[in-house]
Amino acid sequence: MMRSAIAVAVLIAGTGSASAAEISDGKVKIGILNDQSGVYADFGGKWSFEAAKMAAEDFGGKVLGAPIEVITADHQNKPDIASNIARQWYDREQVDSIMELTTSSVALAVQGISKEKKKIDLVTGAATAELTGKQCSPYGFHWAYDTHALAVGTGGALVSQGGDNWYFLTADYAFGYSLEEQTSKFVKSKGGKVLGSVRHPLSNTDYSSFLLQAQSSGAEVIGLANAGLDTSNAIKQAAEFGIVAGGQRLAALLFTLAEVHGLGLESAQGLTLTESFYWNRDDKSREFGRRFFERTGRMPNMIHAGTYSGVLQYLKAIEKAGTDATEPVAKAMHEMPVDDFFANGARVGANGRLISDVYLMEVKKPDESKEPWDYYKVLATVPGAEAYLDPAESGCELVK
Amino acid sequence: MIFDIPIQAFLGQLLIGLINGSFYAMLSLGLAIIFGLLRVINFAHGAQYMMGAFAGYLLLATFGIGYWPALILAPLIVGLASAVIERLMLSRLYNLDHLYGLLFTFGLALVIEGTFRYYYGSSGQPYAVPSALAGGYNLGFMFLPKYRGWVVLASLLVCLGTWLLIEKTKLGSYLRAATENPTLVRAFGINVPLLLTFTYGLGAGLAGLAGILAAPVYQVSPLMGSNLIIVVFAVVVVGGMGSILGAVITGYLLGLLEGLTKVFYPEASNIVIFVVMAIVLLIRPAGLMGKEA
Repeated sequence: MMRSAIAVAVLIAGTGSASAAEISDGKVKIGILNDQSGVYADFGGKWSFEAAKMAAEDFGGKVLGAPIEVITADHQNKPDIASNIARQWYDREQVDSIMELTTSSVALAVQGISKEKKKIDLVTGAATAELTGKQCSPYGFHWAYDTHALAVGTGGALVSQGGDNWYFLTADYAFGYSLEEQTSKFVKSKGGKVLGSVRHPLSNTDYSSFLLQAQSSGAEVIGLANAGLDTSNAIKQAAEFGIVAGGQRLAALLFTLAEVHGLGLESAQGLTLTESFYWNRDDKSREFGRRFFERTGRMPNMIHAGTYSGVLQYLKAIEKAGTDATEPVAKAMHEMPVDDFFANGARVGANGRLISDVYLMEVKKPDESKEPWDYYKVLATVPGAEAYLDPAESGCELVK
Repeated sequence: MIFDIPIQAFLGQLLIGLINGSFYAMLSLGLAIIFGLLRVINFAHGAQYMMGAFAGYLLLATFGIGYWPALILAPLIVGLASAVIERLMLSRLYNLDHLYGLLFTFGLALVIEGTFRYYYGSSGQPYAVPSALAGGYNLGFMFLPKYRGWVVLASLLVCLGTWLLIEKTKLGSYLRAATENPTLVRAFGINVPLLLTFTYGLGAGLAGLAGILAAPVYQVSPLMGSNLIIVVFAVVVVGGMGSILGAVITGYLLGLLEGLTKVFYPEASNIVIFVVMAIVLLIRPAGLMGKEA
């Protein structure tokens, strides 16, 4: 498939005073690199690019007198393509930082390049906790969520409701293993048991035989350690085979508003899931949600809101540091609290992890939903310190 | 117990394999008809399957037209749209190498999928099972959703009907004759280009029908066709390019085989069909039921 990566350059403030000596090349350039054509195109996709542009506009289009430019490209979920784009951006196109980075394998690759080139990367779309664990970077940041938070949030909720015996349906690649492993660990630490698991290929369409195996295992909870369309199809087919009606519960470990919308409330109702953002949670989030909706025709999930928050924080850090040079900006980002509609006074750990609250949600029944995109009941708030690994235990060598 | 697998699970997987085989059979049937008569390797088949599902979704979302009318309308819409494409574009390539038809339909598939993705995103749209077919039967060894049973039945009827149409009717005999010797058939006063357009429309309509049947089972998503098309091509190759009976039988058999693989070694379930394809190509290059070229 020779779908060439599309790079759309949008100049947000065309005429800035390029004389600001503290800003390299006379402007601050942010690259949003993610999947815009594959299974995760709604999960993040071009909507994250819109969120990043909104943040730059809300900041005034300029930082320290220099214009802010946001560009984007499609990495097609392939680490090699993503690495090429990242190198080109850093080496030839004066990109100062790369953000979003959906898909764990891609995020790890690009974070490696960014570390080598001493550039800032901020991940919102990828899940693996490795990004702030063994493979952490002094200039790497991870916003929005990670596999640990998902395991603690959704896993914890179901165990505490009596779901002791688990069976996993796992996507057969790094992300799936990591999610299954962290959730298993958490379930076992709470006294639960893992009865077994089955691995399915990525972008599988038919889950009936896997679901049948899960059904006959007799587990109380079937953990779906996959994402995007894979999870949607598995949930839809689980309903068809009477799994939920038969008393077993589904745990969609990574499922966001975008997928709930695609699946429809009829099939998604009653699911428990974890997100770090819900547009209809309070006034500030509603205000952002509606503005985002006006631009895109859809409500943001935690990836989109997280990308907005990450871009905004990066710009604030440049302002505070008085330069866009990597070291001082990274230092400022580690020191400054994050205070916006997404995170309330949250801090960034020495490993680059944003330690903000995550929310445990339940998907509403069709008759409980009062307006379009009104999909969640917030069941509980999981404090950031519980949701994320303590930086000292994350395995990141930067933490002393 | 068979190899440590409880007999219930085994029977369940066989049934699931049969259900998936129904989709393979219906899709490879359309491909085989198109290849047999037009000698076009129709790479747009997956996109046409997806269009069938989207036609059903859009009929419901915009006009409130439900599943049963859509079952007729969606294949018609897809068939007509494809017939127009055949007339305006594809028919100009018949005199060239087969490769051009393949490249054209491949490009067409990318354009169609890209367009749908632009407007509807990748995560898909919901489409509910019709209320008459909701629920299911407990067979003792597994829970069979009524809708899946209906899919098997519908697919058998469609395959049988198409086979009868081509083998037993006058129209079918024209079609077969036009494949053998178009010049001679034209000399008898039969409009061959029209026959070819009809055939392409029929093949695409079958894909559309499979699409609307699949809509309640899978997410109606722009990517749903591209995930399936490669498997279906393997089915057609194994069955023998252009062999209608071969495509249908192989469709069901490979569905069953895939179902069994999911029990014994799930990780291999998406390659087992290609392993079979490689073996068949080595032993019988024309496919199981294909004529030696």
